[in-house]
Amino acid sequence: MPEFDVVELEPTDHVESGEEAPDFTRPLVTDEFWEDRTLADLVDGRTILVFTPMIGSFVGKYVWDELAERGWDDREERVVGVTASTPYAVSTFLDDNDLPFEIFADPANDVAESYGLAHDLDGMAGISEPRPAFVAVDADLTVDAVWVASEWPDFPDYDALEEQFGLA
Amino acid sequence: MSEATSHDGVQAITFYRLQACPYCERVARVLEDQDRDYRSRFVEPLHSRRDVVKRVAGVRTVPVIVDERTGVTMAESANIVDYLESTYGDGPASEPAAAEAAAETGGDD
Repeated sequence: MPEFDVVELEPTDHVESGEEAPDFTRPLVTDEFWEDRTLADLVDGRTILVFTPMIGSFVGKYVWDELAERGWDDREERVVGVTASTPYAVSTFLDDNDLPFEIFADPANDVAESYGLAHDLDGMAGISEPRPAFVAVDADLTVDAVWVASEWPDFPDYDALEEQFGLA
Repeated sequence: MSEATSHDGVQAITFYRLQACPYCERVARVLEDQDRDYRSRFVEPLHSRRDVVKRVAGVRTVPVIVDERTGVTMAESANIVDYLESTYGDGPASEPAAAEAAAETGGDD
């Protein structure tokens, strides 16, 4: 463990279980292409939204590598990312790392903002990105499980997360 | 732009395109003018990063359209414009007009 205290993130008024997840339309990116998709149309069963810091950060890479390792691409639940990068960056990231996932590209970070998950970066003026977070929604976009980073950086205990989200 | 609504529509046209590619913009203009229901799939400048276009249309150039209503998959902007105009426009383009259009545009990106 580090000798210093990890910086805490400010409390945030994020979406909670039982609430309706904000709908949005953004380019959904694969390793091959992107097209505008609307969350409400995309979701036809339980879906897990994975918010990560922007592409290029080690935080985002660690999360997606871990989810690939755990076979989250092969779950009954659909797994969809959200990050504050361009479609080009996201597509190249997925391709370079052989990640079998799809991620919404939202450079303006409006989606994270609407979910109460935006993180304004200290020392990078004008740049906001999602803080690490997992949000499970059912077919009508009702949230049924949430994990949100409270430190910077912060990663979930993935075993506990899978149990909390009913994925164990 | 149509997006979600086009996704489940039986008449949806899937339009593979490259940002700012003039040949693609020409097709986009026709689709817009015709108020067609279509979804845009953007690919990247490098041809080596266009496997999806190769799988769908057998080429790595864009634009490419896939028209689910007619079962037509087509590349090259002049051909696509002529197809859209003859299939959905005010009437079929005349043969000379189509040939002229093809001669003017040359290759795609």
